[in-house]
This record gives sequence, structure tokens and C-alpha cells, in this order.
Amino acid sequence: MMKTNWLLGAALSATALTFVASPAAAATKFEFWYGLSGDLSERVQEMCSRFNASQADYEIVCVSQENYENNLQNTIAAFRANKQPTVTQISDGGVVDLMLSGAFVPVRELMEKNGYQIDWSNYFSGISSYFSTSKGELLAMPFNSSTAMFYYNTDALKAVGFEGAPQTWEQVEKIARDLKAAGYECPIAFDPTGTWQWFEQFSAVHNQPIASNGNGYGGLDAVVEFNKGKFVDQLGWFKKMTDEGLMVHKSKAAGETANDAFTAGKCQMSSSSVADHGSFAKQAKEGVHWDVTVLPVWEGTERHNSLVGGAALWTLKGKTEEEYKGAAAFYNFIALPAEAQHWSTITGYIPVTNSGFEAMKAAGFYDAAPYKGRELAIQSLTATPPGEYTRGIRLGNFGAVRQEVAKAMQSVIFDGTDPQKALDDAAARSNEILRKFEQTYKGQQLP
Amino acid sequence: MERRAVYRNKVLPWLLIGPQLLLVLVFFYWPTSQALYWAFTLEQPWGGGNLWAGLDNFLYIFRDDRYWGTVLRSAFYALAATGLSMLVALTLASFVDRALKGTKLFQSVFIWPYAIAAPAAGVAFRFIFSPEAGLVGAVNDIWPGIWDPATNGMHALAMVIVCHAWLGIGYNFVFFLAALQMIPRSINEAGAMDGARPFRRMLDLQLPLIAPTAFFLLIMNIISSFTDSFGLIDTMTEGGPIGQTEVMVYKIYVDGFKGLDYSGAAAQSIVLMLLVIGLTFVQFKWVERRVHYN
Repeated sequence: MMKTNWLLGAALSATALTFVASPAAAATKFEFWYGLSGDLSERVQEMCSRFNASQADYEIVCVSQENYENNLQNTIAAFRANKQPTVTQISDGGVVDLMLSGAFVPVRELMEKNGYQIDWSNYFSGISSYFSTSKGELLAMPFNSSTAMFYYNTDALKAVGFEGAPQTWEQVEKIARDLKAAGYECPIAFDPTGTWQWFEQFSAVHNQPIASNGNGYGGLDAVVEFNKGKFVDQLGWFKKMTDEGLMVHKSKAAGETANDAFTAGKCQMSSSSVADHGSFAKQAKEGVHWDVTVLPVWEGTERHNSLVGGAALWTLKGKTEEEYKGAAAFYNFIALPAEAQHWSTITGYIPVTNSGFEAMKAAGFYDAAPYKGRELAIQSLTATPPGEYTRGIRLGNFGAVRQEVAKAMQSVIFDGTDPQKALDDAAARSNEILRKFEQTYKGQQLP
Repeated sequence: MERRAVYRNKVLPWLLIGPQLLLVLVFFYWPTSQALYWAFTLEQPWGGGNLWAGLDNFLYIFRDDRYWGTVLRSAFYALAATGLSMLVALTLASFVDRALKGTKLFQSVFIWPYAIAAPAAGVAFRFIFSPEAGLVGAVNDIWPGIWDPATNGMHALAMVIVCHAWLGIGYNFVFFLAALQMIPRSINEAGAMDGARPFRRMLDLQLPLIAPTAFFLLIMNIISSFTDSFGLIDTMTEGGPIGQTEVMVYKIYVDGFKGLDYSGAAAQSIVLMLLVIGLTFVQFKWVERRVHYN
């Protein structure tokens, strides 16, 4: 009898607690899965709380899946088991698979249906070209966009007599040599698995084709061409620099990532996403002064625009109307000028709309530390209007192609394989991946 | 004379094996049938359609020299890890069997590694073998660059194999010790009286007598190295550098989950499954029958 009473009491107080804890018991819950971790994940959670606090009809539950790759895998597994989240964050690499799957509700349709007016032409052209159909219809909600940048330690560069920011690879090589001579052990941090900044972005700013058919935009029968352009020599240059100790291998496998080595002041130059600008400012060790600039180009090359990185929010099929209303409300919330600006400020991701960027510029956001330098990301993205080989990469199973290039880079750096041979090999394998993908989606066209 | 237990009730036996059968159906036969289906089709990653591909997926992997590379690597991995683990376990077991000082303590201590989950051990060993900070990395202070599993595939593979062998020692030890203690004392003592030293007695008396156990362990270890290596490789090297620690089971994961090539991964898992079934068959039909000295 005693026990029953105790249990009943516990049950009652638990129920009472639930009511107290969630005053909006009638709110529609829906899930949002994202692929960011650490500092950036906390920023997303804060955004979710703000959304939940801003209205009472919907409750978003935000779940981190650590990184884009995991999020893609888990979302697919969940989708196949009919347990998918309403909203998921899919990065550049997973776009084509998702586009052809038809597993999503296009964002434009979603917003129109739920009565939200959004000026789609206001979105930055580099972003919309990545996530739109060939007819220009945006399929996913732009969320976190970035591009690759070049970071450098200002004190170290000054110490070897270099003023300003390096703009060419010739300058970078000279600085690295001087740093080495001056006793710096790691002039440049280099992660040979970092294909995004060292390979894809290099190809874009030098206007080198990664694949035929305009990097795949023209159709699924594209073949890769990265083994025919300037990247072959660039990879040879990476090898030379590594052998001379001017570039030093930094990666998770080596025990310390390039970002960590840079913020700890151990390495003096590095390349990473502009999205890390916020984290670098937080994590840089006391006394480490650094700045950021656009990716270097080789002398005598015309600089082209760099590729948009990051991810967009996709709305998945198979959920209820109520949940879709919630998703639309969330998209509307993140597109509010104040919210978008806050997100951009605390992270480093670029403002995704033209008006957003102009407003921040007008308000003097980019004029002083700690945000100074971030406007260079926009400058990099708009160096030229997006062209055939700089608007993006639209290849099926692109994640697997990236792996092939990463293997080629590693085998050149670690095993001394000839760059041309390594890249020819990677290209042959990449083409097999693309042909298999084409077969899997036989008869289908890119939307 | 043959004795048999016969159930008169026709329903009861089914009820008794029902739960087990259900588990096997849900967690083994159903996924296997799914994989079999995918292996003969081209499966879209997000679901929603697939095309009949016949044997294409199998031909594709058999034509791929990288696949054969992982097969060879798996074979090397299996032999090296099994050999190392069994040798160390046998040595330890024969010492414990000789009832030296502290035997009771070591008897339980040596089993502990078996209770450690592979990923946990993987993380620990990654630190131990880390080229810059680890215990083993200290050799780099004496001879710079001599140990670097982050860039050298052979080093990385050796590191994983050592860890795998270490994890298996406990399991092998228990079986070896039990087998050694089953040998009648008198046989050993007779050998000793004839003047055979311990090592000689090991080779000529004990080893032949524990041969059935040794063969059983050999097969179990090889099977385990084909399937259980996943957790270790995933935490220690993720298949790298340059895919030089990708064994068959890890390549299935890489191709299927990271590369979204469900069909290719399904075909590979069918091949791996046949291999393990084959080994089990050898174990049951051949080894259990022939290696007996009774």
C-alpha cells in the first residue's frame, strides 16, 4: 500500500513537472538534424532556442550529427526507415543524390504554400546556383554559406619582413622559405585530406575544370578532368613544399589538425573556411595574432570567383502539414534580417542575401576587429561572375570522388607517387563512380 | 546404444525455439536477404527505386585491383593477428599451467583484455602509438621519423594488428589454459621422468594433445579478424593512410555508407559472408573430425 502511494505520488509529480517544463504543450514538435559540432553546434542550439521562444505554435528539436558526412548518412538511413527529421542540413557534396531522389519538398513551394513572401532573387547568386534547378528554382533554404580563405600569422610574417597579406603562391613560397630560415618549424599547415580548400577551391579560382559538362551541371554523363589542368602541377608543388619542410602534414591522424596547429601558433599559415573565423578568434592562444585573406593565385593568372561552401536546409517528404508549417516558420525566422545578421556575426558564415551583406557593410561591421577581413570572403566569391567551372560542382556521389582525390594527394605526399599518375588513377576511379551513379539513375535528368 | 529425447507435444518445441528463431530472422535472415537483393540490383541511396543489374556488381568488384588489395590485406591481417594472439596466449597459458608463483592472480588478469570493447581499446592504442606524443612515439626521439602510422601504411597496419591481437589474448588464453589442464598430469610427469625439458614436453606432448583446441581457436580467430576488425580500424585509422588499412569489412562500410554505393557494398558483404560460412564449414566438417587423438 505504501509503495503504491509512493509510486502514484511520483507519477503525479512527474506529470506536474512536465506541465511546468513545457507550457506550450500543444506546440507541434519537429526535428532538425544538422552536421556541425563544437562551437558551431552551440550556436545552432541557441538559434533553435530563440525560435522556440519567439512563438508558441511550434517547437523545433535540433540534433547535432557531428559532421556533414554523418548527417547525410544518418538522414538517409532515417529516411529509408521512415523516421526522417522534417528539416536536415545537407552540404554541397550531397546535393545531386538528394536532387535526384525526389525525397524533399522544394523550399519555394513550401514557403508559397504557407503564405510566406520571400524575395528569392535577393539570395546571393553563388549560393542559389548551387542549390537550384537548372531553371533557377531554389530547392533548399540557404543557411550556412562560406568559402575557403587563407589564414596567416601577422607577427611571423612581419618577423621575416613581409608586410600585408600574401596574394600569390610565389609570395607564399618565399615567405615559407624565410620562415623556415628564421627557425619556424611549420611555415604552412597542410592536411592532404583537405580536398575542399586545396583542390576544389584552387581549381575554381584558377578557372580549372573539375569535370566536363561544366563541372557536371550539363548532365549526368560528365567525366572528371582534374587530371588535365593546373592542379597536377599544384599537387607537385605541394609535394615539393612538403619535402622541403615548408608545408607540414597536420591532420587528425597526425595527432593535431591544421586549425589547431594554426591557432596554437605552431604553424604560421593555413587554409580553411571563413566559417572558422569566429572560432579562431575564440581559440587563438594568447599572443597569437592572425589575419585572413583571399586564396592565393599563381602570378599571371586571372583570379576567378571561389566556390560557395557550406550547406542548405532541405525539407524532407513524408511529414505532416503541421510540421511543414513549423519548418516554414523556422525558415522565415532564420531569414529575418536581424536573425541572419546575428548568425553571421557569431560564426563567420557569410550573409546569404545581398541586402544582408549591404546592411552589415553599411553598419560598419567589417571595419574593425574582430570581424575585419570577413568581407574578403564576399570579395573572393564575387571576384568574377560565376562561370562554367566556378558556379559549383554537380557530380553524383561527389563524396566518393572527393575520397579518390584525397587518396591521390596522400599517395603523392606520403609515398612519392608521381602527381600525374596519382591523379590519372583517381580520375579513372572517379569516372567509374560517376558511371555507376549514372546507371543507378538511368534515364533521369538533373532537375 | 542411441538415446534420444523426443518431444511428444508438437507445439512446445516451436514455442521454446520461437524467441531465438525470431531474433535470428529479424537480425540475420532479413538483412541478409535485403543485402542479397541489393547485390543483384543498383540501389538508389535514398531509396525509391532500383534496377536489376545481374552479376554486374560482383564483376565490378572482382575486376577492381583495389578490392583484391583489401582481400590480400585481410588475409595478412587474419594470419598475423591470429598468429600473434595465439602465440602469446599459449605462452602465458603454459606458464600459468605450470603453477608458478602468482598463478591465481595472472589467471584472471590475462582475461581482462577480452572484456574491453574494441573501440575503447582502439582509442587507447591510438594514444600509445601516436607518433608525436605516444609511448611508442618516443622512439622518434632517438631515430626521428622511424615510427609514423599517420603516413606509413605498414606502420598503421601493424599498429591495428597488434591491438587486435592484444584484445584476443584473453579469449585464447582461457581456452588454452583449460585445454592444458585437461591433459592428465601423469603424461607430463612421465615425460619429465624421461628427462624432457619443459619446452620439449610442450612441443612433443602438450601441443599435439591440445591440437583440437588450437584448431578451434585458429578458425575463431580468423573469423573474428574478418568481422571484428571494424571497430578498431574505425577508431584508429579510419582505413587510412591512403586506404592502406582498409580490410574487407571496412571497405564495405566505406563504399556503402560513406560512398553511398549500397549495391557494391552489398555485393562485397555477400562475398565476405560466403567466406565466413566457408570457414565455419571447415571448422565443423573437417577440423572437428580429424584433429582428435582419442
